[in-house]
Amino acid sequence: MSKRWSVVGLVSAVLVASLAPLASSFPDGLERVAEDQSFLDLAHGAPFEAIPDYVFPGVPNEALATILAGIVGVLMVFGLTYGLAHLLQHRRADKTLREER
Amino acid sequence: MHIPDGFLNVATTAASWAGAVGGVGYGVHRVKRELSERLVPLMGVTAAFIFAAQMLNFTVAGGTSGHLLGGALAMLLLGPWAGSIVITAVLVVQALVFQDGGVLALGANILNMAVVGVWASYGVYRLLQRLLGARAWGRTTATFVAAWCSVVLSSLVAASELALSGVSPWALVVPAMVGVHMLIGIGEGLITVAVASFVRGVRPDLLSLRAETGA
Repeated sequence: MSKRWSVVGLVSAVLVASLAPLASSFPDGLERVAEDQSFLDLAHGAPFEAIPDYVFPGVPNEALATILAGIVGVLMVFGLTYGLAHLLQHRRADKTLREER
Repeated sequence: MHIPDGFLNVATTAASWAGAVGGVGYGVHRVKRELSERLVPLMGVTAAFIFAAQMLNFTVAGGTSGHLLGGALAMLLLGPWAGSIVITAVLVVQALVFQDGGVLALGANILNMAVVGVWASYGVYRLLQRLLGARAWGRTTATFVAAWCSVVLSSLVAASELALSGVSPWALVVPAMVGVHMLIGIGEGLITVAVASFVRGVRPDLLSLRAETGA
């Protein structure tokens, strides 16, 4: 995939993340079941927090904080996956090269 | 469907980590052998898009919401091996950075959504493609049903982990989890069909035959 299409894909991901303030705030399927069957209280908080609940800390406007969290997440997920895939692909390229010799 | 820490007991946590490491680890091994260079940016973009789409919860029924899990979408774009790696990357960032899904429960979440979700969609898609042929409506039906089944099967495995951990009896938690995810799966199916049709419109080569060849 060319650089141009990667940018198109990333920009659409950022646009989708920007819609997040409009998302339904009802509990999701698992949370609802946990609530109904009263085991929700068993959940314990994380040992550390970075950007909990997709709200960027320290930003007073909640919609903006959500969008910011989304954009940070999009870039982190892209970076992590791209880096990992690149690494795996490189290993393969090395191996193919060795086999060809 | 991201399980937080505290729901699963030690045995279930350990068993699900084993399943997750086995499933994704073998995927990494396969991808290392077969990954073509042009798939590298597509993996990054697919992961980023699925992460963003997972933020968009939609209301399904009185006071409950769901969101895209993306297993079928990743499978259609990348095949099941690379697809499960991509969903795993999304889940890792969600657990470590966004506190969505527990850190100990990450193994279960990877097993449910990245392994079971992706492979269920792959199995159903392959089967329906064979039955319905390559006609456009057949492909659309296969895409929708594969996405629906991936969510429902993930929820069945998640419910089993909860029951095995003793948080709620089988007879209660399984029908409740599967029932609500049968509704959420409709959203998954619609979004997957919409995104796949869009990609097919602008870059048909990206969907090509990857899901059919299994590479």
